[in-house]
Amino acid sequence: MKPLVEYALRLGDDGLVLGQQLSEWCGHSPMLEIDLALANIGLDLIGQSSHFLKLAGEAEGEGRDADVLAFHRDVLDFRNALLVEQPNGDFAQTIVRQFLFSNWQELLMRELVRSQDETLSAIAGKAVKEVVYHARFANEWMVRLGDGSEESRKRIIAGLEWMWRFADELFAVDATVEELIVRGVAVDPRPLRAEWDARIAQTLAGATLEVPKPRRAASGGRSGHHSEHLGHLLTEMQFLPRAYPRAVW
Amino acid sequence: MKAAARAESDEALKDRVLEILSHVPDPEIPCVSVVDLGIVRDVREDALVITPTYSGCPATIAIASAIRSALDCAGLSRMRIETVLSPAWTTDWISDEGREKLRAYGIAPPAHGAASQSLHEEQAACPRCGSPHTEEISRFGSTPCKSLNRCLACGEPFDRFKCH
Repeated sequence: MKPLVEYALRLGDDGLVLGQQLSEWCGHSPMLEIDLALANIGLDLIGQSSHFLKLAGEAEGEGRDADVLAFHRDVLDFRNALLVEQPNGDFAQTIVRQFLFSNWQELLMRELVRSQDETLSAIAGKAVKEVVYHARFANEWMVRLGDGSEESRKRIIAGLEWMWRFADELFAVDATVEELIVRGVAVDPRPLRAEWDARIAQTLAGATLEVPKPRRAASGGRSGHHSEHLGHLLTEMQFLPRAYPRAVW
Repeated sequence: MKAAARAESDEALKDRVLEILSHVPDPEIPCVSVVDLGIVRDVREDALVITPTYSGCPATIAIASAIRSALDCAGLSRMRIETVLSPAWTTDWISDEGREKLRAYGIAPPAHGAASQSLHEEQAACPRCGSPHTEEISRFGSTPCKSLNRCLACGEPFDRFKCH
């Protein structure tokens, strides 16, 4: 697979899977305002994803558009990071996942604006404006829950315990990305780690929480080695277009 | 001479298309047209260039199809609709007329030139009573482009177009 196709799939699948997860909160959130927020964040992510997947399909040149890539690929062909496929759990767990992801995504998109690939740069230029809102929303809820009641604090700590091992994968680089970094197309995520760590530490301090201890990282999503959760998510997400392949609105 | 005549006709076509599009409302905020919103970026003989507001704005598809029918009705079926992402849309492109229409509709318009500092906006003036004493209830509102606010003077809740 061409490196650009692979890279665009990774970016697109991150947004698609996380957006789908957030949409599951619609009608179930603790408050109406959170319901609106999570649905809006999910919508932004799915919108960004459709642009990345469109690019992947065009770069591939085999006639697959964003919908075909979203709905007619099997789990082993998905390239999202493991973090985004972790289950929603309770509200605290969802917030921790968003907190780790959005702070990373904001840093990534700021850099991707400078990509030599015009389309990647254009998508990032739009996305970064949206993602700053997501990061701020997640940061504020980390503080509210961490420095909130005994119960909310217990749950946010449990959420951090669950999600922390998936953070390293966001900053990993393999041969595919390495090649694109050299060409100025992809962002090298490694130098972003220090700023991400600082942001995470600052918000956790505000939330009176400790930065979790380093642990063995779980990874594999970028090469299609997923947890059980993703298959279940795709079953739900892909059912309609698979059952009725040519259905249109 | 020929070039001048041609330039004039391009200008006339542009005016005609913008006039047609000034009657195409935003499907979610029907008080403003797609021209007021600033999403029409260019009019060429063969193509109309538009840009989406938010990446995931669900109105994008409805807008494109409304524009398509308006062009078709005006005998401009040959004009394609082209979507560009860059430069990214900003609320600074909403016209002054559009801002006034939003306010009259009960939506506080975004401040001019504030897009770059979108996260540090000052509180909006209430679109109903004009009081500057308002508070933000939720940064995410009924559509991706709006936040939910409340006026502390008259007590009315209102939407605000987020700076973007």
